Amino acid sequence: MTDSNITATDLRTAGKPAPKSFRETRRMIRTYSRSFSSMLGLALVALFLFVALFGPWLAPYPEDAYGAVNFDIKLLPPSPDHWFGTDQVGSDILSRVLIGARTTLQIGLTVTGIAVLIGVPLGLMAGMVGGWLAETIMRVTDIFLSIPGLILAIAIVGALGPGILNAMLALSLVWWPGYVRLVQAKTLSLRNETYVDAARALGAGPFRILFVHVLPNCLSPIVVKASMDMGMAILGAASLGFLGLGAQPPYPEWGAMISTGRAYLPDWWWCSFFPGMAIYLTVLGFNLLGDGLRDVLDPHQR
Amino acid sequence: MLKLIAKRMGLMVVMLLGLAVITFTIANVAPGDPARLAAGPDANQAMVEQIRVERGFDRPLPVRFVLYVDQLLHGDFGSSVYTGRPVARDIAQFLPATVELVLFSISIAIVLGVPLGVIAAVRQNKPIDHAIRLLSVSGVALPMFWLGLMLQWYLALDLGLFPLGGRLGIFTDVPEPITGMISIDALLRGQFAVAGEALWHMVLPATALSFPALAAIIRVNRAEMLEVLGRDYVTNARAQGIGPWRIIAVYSLKNAILPTLAMIGLRFGWMLGGTVLVEGVFDFPGLGLYAAKAAVSSDFEPIMAVTLTLGAAFMLINLVIDLLYAVLDPRVRNQI
Repeated sequence: MTDSNITATDLRTAGKPAPKSFRETRRMIRTYSRSFSSMLGLALVALFLFVALFGPWLAPYPEDAYGAVNFDIKLLPPSPDHWFGTDQVGSDILSRVLIGARTTLQIGLTVTGIAVLIGVPLGLMAGMVGGWLAETIMRVTDIFLSIPGLILAIAIVGALGPGILNAMLALSLVWWPGYVRLVQAKTLSLRNETYVDAARALGAGPFRILFVHVLPNCLSPIVVKASMDMGMAILGAASLGFLGLGAQPPYPEWGAMISTGRAYLPDWWWCSFFPGMAIYLTVLGFNLLGDGLRDVLDPHQR
Repeated sequence: MLKLIAKRMGLMVVMLLGLAVITFTIANVAPGDPARLAAGPDANQAMVEQIRVERGFDRPLPVRFVLYVDQLLHGDFGSSVYTGRPVARDIAQFLPATVELVLFSISIAIVLGVPLGVIAAVRQNKPIDHAIRLLSVSGVALPMFWLGLMLQWYLALDLGLFPLGGRLGIFTDVPEPITGMISIDALLRGQFAVAGEALWHMVLPATALSFPALAAIIRVNRAEMLEVLGRDYVTNARAQGIGPWRIIAVYSLKNAILPTLAMIGLRFGWMLGGTVLVEGVFDFPGLGLYAAKAAVSSDFEPIMAVTLTLGAAFMLINLVIDLLYAVLDPRVRNQI
């Protein structure tokens, strides 16, 4: 084996990001599964997704999620028939919590998805192009980040009127700036890496550099943030629901259920206790998942 | 230093103007008639027309924006349909209560969060570290309005340890306002029992409000402490036989506290937003409850005004934290 041989191989593979080999994937899985809290997060998220997909079939009384009324069994405590008890109109709370998971998943996916779709392109633009365009994008982002997102979302819902669609729209509109900040910072640091310079020197066009060299390297932090944001968006939507600005009762949304159950609190605690636990465990799951993913995908960010 | 302050104040004015653009856009791009929104849901057509001319809603958009900023500069935030009073007066009345609550809450988060972060770092991967991590992970995930409800249910309703809500018991006279913050006013006037009662009323809402901040402070402080404890100068101090407490308090915490301070500032600002969720649970008459009520009844001008007020407060806190940073960190201090 001669020196020139090694150099030739190096040259051939230099420009491309190394393909994720089986071995690498296996190493990542092993790192991830070694952490108890990461696995707990994965289990909670898996359970949540399962319930969100199959909720209507898992629920013992699915019609209760859509406003069925049985006054003769109202406000029953948890029992074998109604594990989580029944609410003020006799609906089974377990059924409402299970079916509510689907709403929650929709909200989380929509808000995070729209935030990524707006934030990532803007961040890439601000990082790659520079000049007045980047300056404008970053200033607008700064202004959005200069106020607690929940307040701005409340202001938007206040203008549009309460409702679950408006709540989702409002949360999406305040969620994207975080991604701009993240992707812009990452792009700026990647733009001056040696391998990007090398690609540019070899004649790669701006789009090739963007999609082949910069974007793939931004993906890890985006995935980690998106996982965390699923939880935070769910929490935000539940907060709006609790305030009466999101889903309206009897729609089976967890935040709105807590808000309704609040009136029955001292004696009929189960009305607000179980929906709250559902929010807590779901958000906890996504946060732990995000933490675990960061340890695997993006170790220097810790 | 003065130059830095002036520069940052200038930037803050620009940012506030930007925030005004956002609230103005929300108010005017929203489907529906801004005059109708300003008049409130129960107004009749004549009232809407009157408000349209009065507040200049019949003029073109850029002119209206200039008018809007002009009004804001004169302290005119419009009026609330719900309370029937000028929004500026409402905010002046409700803001001190919220500031008092948030100050108390951030104190709880700091007093508990910093030591817990230190303990977790010193006992890394021991059971106590895991227990503290469970607390800090839960803090971010718990919906604070639900936490507030559960605390209220158990500690106030069931055990009767704390009052259900409000700022003072109904038989207690509110001390003559100086700052508007009851506990501080009472202290200034020497009414210690009233001050204690005011603080007692804030324990549950402040605890619920402090949880996310507590979690974040523990997390940052633990990470920073771990890093500092691994540094060479700490090993050196250990080798010289300096006691463990002195190493933690003087050699490590002093250096770990700066990033924690940045996190405290950030969380302090977010708490202002969190009051919207918690104040309603405890019927605490502050800006958050005001905003929540206004939003539910589509009372438009108060929401925009609260948004601007909280934005300004948030920016001010960040400014103060940056200046503190400059004072405390010699590396930054010498650059300016």
